[in-house]
Amino acid sequence: MDNKPLLRVEKLKKHFPITQGIIFTKVIGAVKAVDGISFEIKRGETLGLVGESGCGKTTTGRTILQLHEPTAGEVFFRDINLLEVENGKMRELRRDMQIIFQDPYASLNPRMTVGRIISEPLEVHNIGTAKERRERVQELLRLVGLNPYFVNRYPHEFSGGQRQRIGIARALALEPEFIVCDEPISALDVSIQAQVVNLLEELQNELGLTYLFIAHDLSMVRHISDRIAVMYLGKIVELTSRDDLFANTLHPYSIALLSAVPLHNPAAERERKRIILKGDVPSPANPPSGCRFHTRCPIAEELCSLEDPEFREYEKGHWVACHFVEKAQKEMK
Amino acid sequence: MDDREVILDIQNLRTRFDTQEGLVHAVNGITYKVHAGETLGIVGESGCGKSVSMLSVMRLLDIPPASIQAEAINFKGENLLDYSKGEMRRIRGSKLAMIFQDPMTSLNPVLTIGFQIKEPLKLHLGMGDEEASERAAELLALVGIPDASNRLADFPHQFSGGMRQRAMIAIALACNPTLLIADEPTTALDVTIQAQLVELVKELQDDLGMALIWITHDLGVVAGLAERVIVMYAGFVVEDAPVDNLYEDPRHPYTFSLLKSLPKLKEKPGAKLETIEGLPPDLLELPQGCPFVPRCSFARDICREENPALEEIAPSHRIACWVDIRTGELR
Repeated sequence: MDNKPLLRVEKLKKHFPITQGIIFTKVIGAVKAVDGISFEIKRGETLGLVGESGCGKTTTGRTILQLHEPTAGEVFFRDINLLEVENGKMRELRRDMQIIFQDPYASLNPRMTVGRIISEPLEVHNIGTAKERRERVQELLRLVGLNPYFVNRYPHEFSGGQRQRIGIARALALEPEFIVCDEPISALDVSIQAQVVNLLEELQNELGLTYLFIAHDLSMVRHISDRIAVMYLGKIVELTSRDDLFANTLHPYSIALLSAVPLHNPAAERERKRIILKGDVPSPANPPSGCRFHTRCPIAEELCSLEDPEFREYEKGHWVACHFVEKAQKEMK
Repeated sequence: MDDREVILDIQNLRTRFDTQEGLVHAVNGITYKVHAGETLGIVGESGCGKSVSMLSVMRLLDIPPASIQAEAINFKGENLLDYSKGEMRRIRGSKLAMIFQDPMTSLNPVLTIGFQIKEPLKLHLGMGDEEASERAAELLALVGIPDASNRLADFPHQFSGGMRQRAMIAIALACNPTLLIADEPTTALDVTIQAQLVELVKELQDDLGMALIWITHDLGVVAGLAERVIVMYAGFVVEDAPVDNLYEDPRHPYTFSLLKSLPKLKEKPGAKLETIEGLPPDLLELPQGCPFVPRCSFARDICREENPALEEIAPSHRIACWVDIRTGELR
């Protein structure tokens, strides 16, 4: 495998302004949705991004694709800095970067047929003749496991899992290299989730795709990812290979998060040590000083409220942002 | 066998909705019992009738479009279907309490949290305002909200999602219910908050001794919480078993495949997930045989012709299936 990263994100920030007033609007603060994150994704790799709602996972995905303009930082796609390319070139690059959305009910236009939904990206980029586009749509439908006969149907005629397949077909229309999967299975029923995850994996093997897989369900992320990044309040707190994250968890938040994930095994559930975090996630508009997790962290010390821990490579390939990794190992496990 | 007192006994409950497209068969004859102090998990996918069956028991559905039929729904020996609306109102929220999935839409946004907790206390227990306020503060403290007496004047929007669900639990517990029905109470919340709430409900149940029905689609939550689990599919109960048996030795093909489709902790890298092909049936038209037949890998001829009844195959373990999945032969 080519070891050069396909995507490199450096100190990426996205702050949304909080404004006051209607006519004389002034900015009175900012929601720091993403606040300085760095990571790489290699070709053909799946990076899982997990965290609780409001921690900035979705904003990360969208900011990478330049659907939101970043506040600061850099995004390199094939060594091209996306923040510096002009619009025309960006549009061309967008062919290679697509997104699958969370809600298969809201992300498909109810007034368009499936055929038009899937061929729209081809039309926008002026690819092929009308006939070629029709053939391509049928090919895509087959690829995602739907009957090509469905082209003239409307989204409401499909179930949630089938709609998500349509969303996937649309994302694949331009033969992208990189796809942001923004919680693609969260809205689906348990028995349908496995179908969609298998489809995503098959497509990755066949087409050599690279995924950023955003989710809050750790068990599915574990299944699909090669490496996993854990986010908390706009920052990545831990990043490592999926096996390492589960076998050798370093950050106190990751330890608590893993211990809160329900197991499908009653005997193990009764015996496991659960770490129940106190309180709620603080507001990203006014994040805590120092380490953002210190208000809920069971092992926090004074230093944690004063100094933001550096995101460092603690062991080879295992990144963590915590002052007291050793203490967490001793006291939380 | 469970020798605790039976507090809820549902016999052959059927709920249908008359819609423009036709009659929706939401619940199709379910029978089970709940014992005093028991924790029962009800699992199933969306549209399988798990919420509707509980709303039918609470008689919270509008008739029409809904129609509810049952031989009996006995709650502490009395048939709820014989109750007048007034009698039902007296028991609902006092002996029989329910919390809902979305804490934002189930709390009234224009009334204070305190008002909403005091309401059942005044209505059902006849408390005066001062006494109710004191009790409301106690309840809010009981569900783990700090500085409870000062938060009574807050409105729901001042609470976070987890706190709102705690307030809902406080309201439900206000009159010391015999049975608490929790309808996906943690589905809208994050895992760390979910863990807080599950822990809280477990503690409260130990202290107060109420029975609990926990409805969810998450097989993980019930594994850690329930004593007994009922699995529903297309409006039928397909399996009913003690929690350990259900996870270690599922006997219905649906439960079996559902558990197999979950990602394993110790799987090999690159392993494929097992899937259940196809979709749940359309409830407008009930299939002639077993509703799971089109997706079942164990299906036999008889499965297409006749729907199997829920039968006991081992002590306290009931399934609705013609086949013994351990051998693949007919039972």
